[in-house]
Amino acid sequence: MTTATPAASELTPEQRTTYQAPQGQAARDKREARRRRIPLLPALVFTIAATQLPFLATIVISFMDYRALRPDQRGFTGFDNYVQVFTNPAIRSAVLTTILLTATVVIVSLVLGTAIALLLDRKFFGRGAVRTMMIAPFLVVPVAAALLWKHGILNSGYGLLNGVLTWVWGIFGSDSPPQPQWLSDYPLISIELSLIWQWTPFMMLILLAGLQSKPGDVVEAARMDGAGSWQIFRYITFPHLRRYLELGGLLGSIYIVQAFDSVFIITAGALGTANLPYTIYATFFQQQNYGLASAQGVVVVIGTIIIATFALRTVSSLFDEETGR
Amino acid sequence: MTTHTNPAVAATSFKGGRAKKRRTPEQGGHPAWGIAAWAVGLLFAAPVLFMLLTSFHSETDAATNPPSVLAPLTLDGYRSFFAGQPWPPLINSLTASVVSTLLVLVLAVPAAYALSIKPVEKWTDVLFFFLSTKFLPIVAGLLPLYLFANSIGVLDNITFLILLYTSMNLPIAVWMMRSFLAEVPVEMMEAAQLDGAGLITMLRSVVAPVALPGIAATSLICFIFSWNELLLARTLTSTVASTSPVFLTSFATSQGLFLAQVCAAAVVISLPVLAAGFAAQDKLVQGLSLGAVK
Repeated sequence: MTTATPAASELTPEQRTTYQAPQGQAARDKREARRRRIPLLPALVFTIAATQLPFLATIVISFMDYRALRPDQRGFTGFDNYVQVFTNPAIRSAVLTTILLTATVVIVSLVLGTAIALLLDRKFFGRGAVRTMMIAPFLVVPVAAALLWKHGILNSGYGLLNGVLTWVWGIFGSDSPPQPQWLSDYPLISIELSLIWQWTPFMMLILLAGLQSKPGDVVEAARMDGAGSWQIFRYITFPHLRRYLELGGLLGSIYIVQAFDSVFIITAGALGTANLPYTIYATFFQQQNYGLASAQGVVVVIGTIIIATFALRTVSSLFDEETGR
Repeated sequence: MTTHTNPAVAATSFKGGRAKKRRTPEQGGHPAWGIAAWAVGLLFAAPVLFMLLTSFHSETDAATNPPSVLAPLTLDGYRSFFAGQPWPPLINSLTASVVSTLLVLVLAVPAAYALSIKPVEKWTDVLFFFLSTKFLPIVAGLLPLYLFANSIGVLDNITFLILLYTSMNLPIAVWMMRSFLAEVPVEMMEAAQLDGAGLITMLRSVVAPVALPGIAATSLICFIFSWNELLLARTLTSTVASTSPVFLTSFATSQGLFLAQVCAAAVVISLPVLAAGFAAQDKLVQGLSLGAVK
C-alpha cells in the first residue's frame, strides 16, 4: 500500500493467478476501480455538500449589500464590503488582536509544552498520575474553562489568583497584598492565560509523542561516543522534535485563530479583545450586516489557507514517513 | 563445514537485534526532576481541583479571599444548578453528540476502508482533501448555514445541528480510522480469502480486531468535539434545541454570589468529556493531530 495505484498485492488472488487478455483486464480494472470507490462516496459527497457549498455562498454574499434590517437595498455591490474590511479601524484592530492572541498563546504553550514534555519523558515516581493531571485542563469544556477563569480564578474579589497573592503576602506578614483587576486592566492577558492553560497540554502531548518516537540507539551511540546531555539535546533530540514543534504550532494556530468561546465569555469582545471570529459573529448577529460579515469571513479563510498550506506540508511529511512513501 | 552453531555468536546477534528495537530507558536522573514534574502537574491541575472543591462549598464560602479551602462541604451549588432547568440542554447535547458520532462512524469507516485496505486511485489526494476542509474556519460558513436553516425552517432544530456536527467531525474520523485500518494485515485477508472465507467472516476475524479499538477511540474524540461545540449551537439554536455550552453562556455575566453554582455547572457539563478523554488518553494525540502523530 505504498503507491497511489493499486499494486499487484492489492489485487485479489484470482486476478493475479488467472491469465487475462489485455482488453478484458482493462475492463476488469475499471470495474474494480469503480467498486472500490463505492464505500468512499457517501462520506465524500456529504463533506463536499456540508463544507464547500456554504463557503461558496459566503463568497457570493460577500459581494452583496445584504442587511437583514434593510431588505429593500439588497443587491450586488462589488468590492464595497472588502473596502470596508480593510478601512474600518475596528476590523483592523480585530486583525491585530487575532494575530497577537494567536501568536502569544501558540508560542507560550509550545515553549511550556516542550519543557513539560521533556520533564515527563524521564522516569519518576507517579509519572502516569502527573500525565493525567496535565491533560485535565484540556478536557474541561472550553466554555466551562472560560467561566472558571473569569469567575473562579481572575475575579479580583474572590478569585484564586488574588487569593493566592493574599496567602503568600500573609505568610510574610503583609496585609496589603497586590490585588490586580485582571479582567478590566489586563483583558487580553486574561484571555491568553485561560487559553494557554488549555493548550499547553495539547502541545505537551504532541511533543511527548515526538520524544517517545526518538531513536534510542542513536542517543545511546552518541552517549558512548562521549556526547554530553546538552549536545544530545542540541544535535539529536531537537532536530528530531522540530517537525513535532511545527505540527503543534500549526495545528494550534489553526484552532486558536478560530477561538471564539473564551473571548465571548471572558470579555464579550470588549476592551479591545474582539478577535476576528468574535467580530464576524457580532457583525452577523448584532449588526445583521450579512454582506460585511461574509467579506470578513473570506478574509479569515484566506489567512487560514496561508497557515494551512504550511500545516498540510508538515502533516504530509510526517505522513510520508509513516507510510514509507 | 560449520554445521554446529556457535552459541556466543548466536547470543550476541540475538542481543543486538533486541537492542536495536528497544528504546533506551529514559534517564532517571536527579529526584529533583520528578519533584519539578509533580509541581508543574499540580499547578496545571490546580484550577480543576479548585473548581471541584468550590462546587461543593456554600456560596458564601466560595466567595472569600483567600479561598476557604477547609470550609464544610455541601451540595447546594449542585442543587441550584439543577434547579435552573439544565436537563433539556444536557439531553440535547447528549443526543447531538451521540447521534452525530454514530453518523460519523457510518460514513467514516467505509471511507477509511476505501482509503487503506482496498485503496481507490489517488487515495492520498482524497485523504488530504478531507484534511483541508478541517482548516476552513466554521465562522466563515456560519452565515449561509443560518440563512439556509432559516429558509427551510430548521433553525433551533437538533437534527440540523447533528448533521453539522457530523460534517465537522467526519474528516478527523476518516483520518483516524484510516491510520488504524492501515495496520490491518492484508496478507492475512488474502489468505482468508484463499481459504474460502466470505466477506463477513473476513471482516469479523481479520479486520475487526484491529478496527474496534480504533472505532472506540475515534468515537470518543468525535463525542468530545461535538459536546464542546459552542459557535454553531449558539447561532443556530435558541430555546428548544440549545445545548449545554449554550446553557453555560448564561453564567457569563456575574449574578451576585454564584461561584459555587458556576463551578457545579462546569463540573457537571465537563464530566462526560473528562471521562471520555481519560478513557481515550493514549489515542488523544492521534485524534487531535488528525492521525499525523501516533
